[in-house]
Amino acid sequence: MSHTPLLSLQGVTRHFGGGRYPWGARRPLLHALQSVSLSMAQGETLGLVGESGCGKSTLARLVVGLDRPSCGRIEWRGEDLADLVRRDRRALARRLQYVFQDPLAALNPRRTVHQALETPLIHLRGLERDARRQHLETLMASVLLEPHHLQRYPHEFSGGQAQRIGIARALAAEPELLVLDEPVSALDVSMQAQVLNLLADLKQQLGLTYLFISHDLSVVERVCDRVAVLYFGQLVELAPVSALFKRPRHPYSDLLLRSAPLPGKPSRVSELQEGDLPDPYRPPAGCPFQDRCPERQARCLREMPPLAPIGDAEGHSVACHFPLG
Amino acid sequence: MGRERDDGSRPGAWRLLLNNHLAVSGLLLLLLIGLLALAAPWLPLPDPDATAPVDRLLPPLTPGYPLGTDALGRDLLSRLVWGTRVSLAMGISATLVAALVGSLVGLVAGFAGGRSDGLLMRGIDMLMAFPYILLALAIVAVLGPGLVNALYAIALVNIPFFARNVRGVTLGLARQPFIDAARLSGQSRSRILLLEVLPNVLPVIVITISTTLGWMILETAGLSFLGLGAQPPQADLGSMLGEGRKLLFTTPHVSVIPGLMIFILVMGINLLGDGVRDLLDPRLKSGALSRPLPRTRVERAQTPTLQEEPTSLLEVRDLHTGFSIGRQRYHAVHGVDLDLASGQTLGIVGESGCGKSVAVMSITGLVASPPGSITDGAVWLQGVELLGAPLARLQALRGGAVCHVFQDPLASLHPLYRVGDQLVEAIQAHQDVTRRQAWQQAQALLAEVHIANPAQRMRAYPHQLSGGMRQRVCIAMALANRPRLIIADEPTTALDVTVQAQILGLLQRLRQQHQVSILFVSHDFSVVSALCERVLVMYAGRVVESGAIEQVISAPAHPYSALLIGCIPTPGQGPLQTIPGSPPALDRLPEGCAFAPRCPRVQERCTEGEVGMTRLGDGRSVRCLFPLQAGESP
Amino acid sequence: MTAYLIKRLLALIPVLFGVSLIVFLMMALIPGDPASAILGAYATPENVARLNRELGLDRSLPEQYLVWLGNLLEGDLGRSYSLNRPVLAEVGERFSATLVLAGSALLLCSLLGLLAGLVSAVRQYGWADRVITLLVLVGISTPSFWLGLLLILLFAVKLPLFPASGMYAIYGGGDLWDLLHHLFLPALTLSLVAAGVIARLTRTAMLEVLRQDFIRTARAKGLSERRVVYRHAFRAALVSVIPVIGIQAGFVLGGAVYIETVFQWPGIGSMLVQAIASRDLLLVQGGVLLVTVSYVLFNLLADLLQSLIDPRLR
Repeated sequence: MSHTPLLSLQGVTRHFGGGRYPWGARRPLLHALQSVSLSMAQGETLGLVGESGCGKSTLARLVVGLDRPSCGRIEWRGEDLADLVRRDRRALARRLQYVFQDPLAALNPRRTVHQALETPLIHLRGLERDARRQHLETLMASVLLEPHHLQRYPHEFSGGQAQRIGIARALAAEPELLVLDEPVSALDVSMQAQVLNLLADLKQQLGLTYLFISHDLSVVERVCDRVAVLYFGQLVELAPVSALFKRPRHPYSDLLLRSAPLPGKPSRVSELQEGDLPDPYRPPAGCPFQDRCPERQARCLREMPPLAPIGDAEGHSVACHFPLG
Repeated sequence: MGRERDDGSRPGAWRLLLNNHLAVSGLLLLLLIGLLALAAPWLPLPDPDATAPVDRLLPPLTPGYPLGTDALGRDLLSRLVWGTRVSLAMGISATLVAALVGSLVGLVAGFAGGRSDGLLMRGIDMLMAFPYILLALAIVAVLGPGLVNALYAIALVNIPFFARNVRGVTLGLARQPFIDAARLSGQSRSRILLLEVLPNVLPVIVITISTTLGWMILETAGLSFLGLGAQPPQADLGSMLGEGRKLLFTTPHVSVIPGLMIFILVMGINLLGDGVRDLLDPRLKSGALSRPLPRTRVERAQTPTLQEEPTSLLEVRDLHTGFSIGRQRYHAVHGVDLDLASGQTLGIVGESGCGKSVAVMSITGLVASPPGSITDGAVWLQGVELLGAPLARLQALRGGAVCHVFQDPLASLHPLYRVGDQLVEAIQAHQDVTRRQAWQQAQALLAEVHIANPAQRMRAYPHQLSGGMRQRVCIAMALANRPRLIIADEPTTALDVTVQAQILGLLQRLRQQHQVSILFVSHDFSVVSALCERVLVMYAGRVVESGAIEQVISAPAHPYSALLIGCIPTPGQGPLQTIPGSPPALDRLPEGCAFAPRCPRVQERCTEGEVGMTRLGDGRSVRCLFPLQAGESP
Repeated sequence: MTAYLIKRLLALIPVLFGVSLIVFLMMALIPGDPASAILGAYATPENVARLNRELGLDRSLPEQYLVWLGNLLEGDLGRSYSLNRPVLAEVGERFSATLVLAGSALLLCSLLGLLAGLVSAVRQYGWADRVITLLVLVGISTPSFWLGLLLILLFAVKLPLFPASGMYAIYGGGDLWDLLHHLFLPALTLSLVAAGVIARLTRTAMLEVLRQDFIRTARAKGLSERRVVYRHAFRAALVSVIPVIGIQAGFVLGGAVYIETVFQWPGIGSMLVQAIASRDLLLVQGGVLLVTVSYVLFNLLADLLQSLIDPRLR
């Protein structure tokens, strides 16, 4: 990867709160994301995995410009995203789009599908009426919906259909990168398969790049080229998907993999409750996984391990003092 | 209000409103009064301000004066009509002013958020710190008595109601994903506020108008009653009442009649307002606000008799459970049979709406009723028929021999009681022990489900625990009285993967240690196979396949099971299978096999008549005329 | 809990500050010359000059406010020109009468409202529910001042069971029985509307809570229906009803203005009406301030009560 990546994050941190109250007391500071660096190449699908509260949705919102990082830099083709937004807010939306977790909540209950899909065509693409009509039909066809669905309201659709409308809305801007925030976790298994297949087809047809956020490892393994594992707002492992699933090097990635149930396989994890997530208002000094880690040593309590390349697989890095063999 | 929502798929808002008899009577009452008031100048009424000292204080029904006269001999009927006109105009204009200003403040505060929200809402809080009418009184005191000043005062004191209601809704809306979606679609903030937020806020504004209009008419009348509103000779209903009050003991009709008019007017507004609220408030729709009975209503045509001595711990036969909403009947469970032996674990798998939860909730009568009811079938637990058992008997079994673990542990625990107290309550409901003994037992239970520091956790409230810990508490509660059967309804769905794995492990151990049977409901084949020996696959309210879990997964016999398993992404597998179409509507189940419209193997016979369960040997059965052979794909 | 209490008390400061500011500004915004407006009919040139000096009206508005606030904190609310006595003395005397009336009305409406709402929810769609729903509708549609007149007509004129008026002072004069005798009709009138609102809300809150998951859990535990309804559901419903009782306190305190006028009750309400009629604005100011502060304190009490029931708020 010699040329500039499509998207790159450099030390991106986001915290909420902080500062001081008018009377001088410190306001509690919540660390949502701590110094995350990664980059994405055109055409790849990068999976972002982690449990609730690990900061994956925060990261997604930062990438599409719905939120700004507290510090660090996000670059789009080598250009600062913040600058891009400042110059033309809509320029970003033409390149990066977002598909939401809850498909029904992402559609205004009082506007028809037609109105929802037309908005980006008007405001982002500046299309005239006739061109819009044509585009709408193509869009609906590309997500396997009928043209007469355009006149309906969101509540008349199933979750799977609503998510396809959400994808159509994102595609209307003709973006290069789609951020998919748990796009199938609110759907039934059969709908999930429909949407995943659709996403795979669209990617091939349109040459899209995906940032695929999920808590479901089996889905990630199927659709992603590389995987980034987030824990407590920090990137703990970054690897090609095959390398990670064959041989996870961070103890947390290992725990995640062992925890995921598989059809036809009994449980493989101890029932004992290991420690909890650290308090996000008071992050520990060392590794955030220290409380739950079976490999913990004294150094882990003191020193935060940096993300460093490891092993023979290219592009495999891990943030652990004592990575698994 | 609501014309624009008339999109054909739902009955029109107006028609729904007209179905509400109280609202209609309110509407008619208001129309009548409104027309009278509007037409006042053209009605053959004497001048309301013309005094006639000779004819003073005539009683009602005097010829020429249908309602009598007041202390100055003015015609009461004429004054009443003209007064109503003033009162209505006052009330409506005060409401409009308050609605406009208040909604604007609320919209801006809720949408802008941050500092401007804080500033605006602190201002509103200041206004609300004053007792309602007292502030209006103070304002009139400063500005001086008079109709217009009273109007300002009443409008001002009602602004906070609009501002707070609208702000609350706007704030919730501003955090909705569809607002983010609109932003990403390139809409400007003002367009988002106008096109995306406002249409969703309008119902709230209408609801608030419907509640405050009545008050405002009462309060403007009140100010006039105190002599601070309408000034003589002009009169509104309040000032007529105020003037008449001095003659209460001698000629009560002078004050009683205008008061009655205010009452009728406000009553009409409130009747209509209640109807509008019922229409616009989603909580009140679809009977969501009716009180659920202690157990699901059972409406069986005949009481079943036990043919033979039950061999299983739990036997469910031909269970039918449905929901009646409006005139529609939704058949959620449509003839389910189920056997569970002592110490066994049985999984029920299916997609949302297949009736799996309703089926297991029917066992102990926990399906909310109304709207749910059990129309047929029988449930035997240890030889007792539960559906026909008296409530006391059922209550003794609930939490005793049969226990539940639900999906959302935070919502399932009472938010206001300590975890320990909730455990103690469960123990004391079934065991005759002192509170101290129960507390000891509860603490031991927490230790048994591996909660660290049980003594300390006993005193915690549910919101202070993590999701996994809460579910452990729920499991401890289920174990409290040595149950024979635990019914777990998606107990790990709301949890993270690592926590889910721990909870599944915990259930596995408890089951072996306590020889307890588990009925485990899940949408996820993988989760079920982590715990269960046997599995039932449900589709559209029926069991379509049952058998040992490994056999069903490796060689499904029903095309639906096969397709469903093919949808699960697993490593190193071809393209994901999909199931075309969607499940049938539960109020219009098709003839024959419910899966036929989506089935790739469908034949003519599938849509003709009932398809029964066929035994395949090995304890497997399938509801299919053309089941898959081992190794065959659908 | 202590931390919560301190937080709530601290939050009180800006509210009280705001209230004092609004009350002060009210006087400053009087159109024309405030001193003559305040003095109204009693305005002689020397009175106007004296008041202008006393109020410091020759100074800037912020300065005036500080002087006014300083006087307020020392308990000096100025002097009523219509009664020719210190505002504080008059207001204080009247306030106890209002407190007795509003307090008993609030107690009555809370009891009636909670009870009616509870019965209505538990017997949903039964005859009791229908009757209560109808009564509530009538209650919230009735002008309280008219209801007072009707009750006087009925229970004082037609059936002379209770006095129509004649309450002169809370202390001295009659005994407790006499007080209750005089109190009954006005307190009842004042409480009925608020009781309707509370009943309606209690019913809705109960029905909402009874649909919650934790009620299903309580039933799954095998608890008796009585325990489910009263221990589990009612307590949870109270969390949303208590703030409404707090708001009703405002309606009751404000509504006292009408009821005191109708029944000639010697409280702040009737005083305010008289003071406005004679444009004795300092008296109005003092009355409004005192009632508002007591309302703010009452709402604090309601908040604390609510947090006592709901640990999530602490």
